[in-house]
Amino acid sequence: MFPSQFTYHRAASVAEAVELLNGNEGAKLLAGGHSLLPMMKLRLASPPTLVDIGQVAELKGVSADGDGVRIGALTTHAEIAGSALVQERAPVLAEAASRVGDPAVRNRGTIGGNVAHGDPQSDLPTVLTALGATINAAGQNGERGIAAADFFTGLLENALDDGEIVTSVSVPGVASGAGTAYVKFSHPASRYSVVGAAAIVSVANGVCSSASVVVGGVESTPTRAASVEAALAGSGVGADALAAAASAVSGDFQGDAMGDVYASSEYRQAMAGVYVRRALEAAVARGG
Amino acid sequence: MSVPVEITINGRVFSGEVEPRQLLVHFIRENAGLTGTKVGCDTSQCGTCTVQLDGAIAKSCTVLAVQASGSTVNTIEGLSDGVDLHPLQEAFWNKHGLQCGFCTPGMIMASEELLRNNPSPSREEIRHALEGNICRCTGYQNIVSAVEEAAGAMGGS
Repeated sequence: MFPSQFTYHRAASVAEAVELLNGNEGAKLLAGGHSLLPMMKLRLASPPTLVDIGQVAELKGVSADGDGVRIGALTTHAEIAGSALVQERAPVLAEAASRVGDPAVRNRGTIGGNVAHGDPQSDLPTVLTALGATINAAGQNGERGIAAADFFTGLLENALDDGEIVTSVSVPGVASGAGTAYVKFSHPASRYSVVGAAAIVSVANGVCSSASVVVGGVESTPTRAASVEAALAGSGVGADALAAAASAVSGDFQGDAMGDVYASSEYRQAMAGVYVRRALEAAVARGG
Repeated sequence: MSVPVEITINGRVFSGEVEPRQLLVHFIRENAGLTGTKVGCDTSQCGTCTVQLDGAIAKSCTVLAVQASGSTVNTIEGLSDGVDLHPLQEAFWNKHGLQCGFCTPGMIMASEELLRNNPSPSREEIRHALEGNICRCTGYQNIVSAVEEAAGAMGGS
């Protein structure tokens, strides 16, 4: 399968990429290409111009940022999964990155491309929302940060303005002693998450003192499991308490649950309860 | 409108003018004439188009040739010296790790990266590393056994 024809530009800097993006009507950015090229091959997208940012060095790499990490937009899933800094400060992000697709996909796919594409069955949007990360973007009017919770606005839609590019993602460090986990139900061929659940749980004196729980794969954007978080607040963390809290997730879906030939919307919602429970159990077991 | 592309494949430089939309796998097969790398699902799921791109495996059906311009690619043909089989090729033969053979180039390229990073993988780790490679013949048992045998032959266990 071939994409339809397009004009190709290779940008050498963020400034040049922004200029090319704004100077060419309908232009799209190409990083690892693992979200955009499949869409173009299926002719679901036919941009007239591609701006290849794959060689822009200033967009690569992981660095310390306060007590958290700043991850350049071009950093691959494999690099995130293997980063000692990410493993130490936001282990749930490294865990999720290690479960994206398969090894070859993780070598090419980037965090910037992943969030800009915003596939609801992708893993990183779920985890970045749970972590309270910020997506940093640059455009003709300068730079700004967008909270992950505000960034994903709909199916393959995000809060970027036309002509803006994702430059990095800022991830706050997980609180000392908190346990984290990301578990997913992988589609057997594509490895996208049919359901993915991220949990960050702090426990003090046997009682849950704070929890952040987010579910992906069910609705068109990551779902914050506010009912689960509320059920956990001040609750014990035994198996029965966690199972009861997890079952509350059914109240967090707003009626736009997705379904397809592989997994109906009812099935995805049922599995969300199962995977939230598993994420809570793993997070509690790892905390302390 | 064509663009110039220069890619080093298995140590040899291939250059040409291609349409920007030409995929790397087609450059490898048609411009370089190396047909060991296959086009299977063409949707970056099956993995038979797996090659090494600048030292890390990639699905060449999901990379534009022009994206890879200036890069180094190694394919299944570059794995052996042309005389002796690579230990992975030998092991796939010994263990009957293939039936039709269509997935084998990708299986071997993905396994080669695994053994470079982890010389003594468990069977579970082998299965995890081959998640992006689909075989419709073997049921995978013999493929996993072949990778295990190759690990032993290459000095791991």
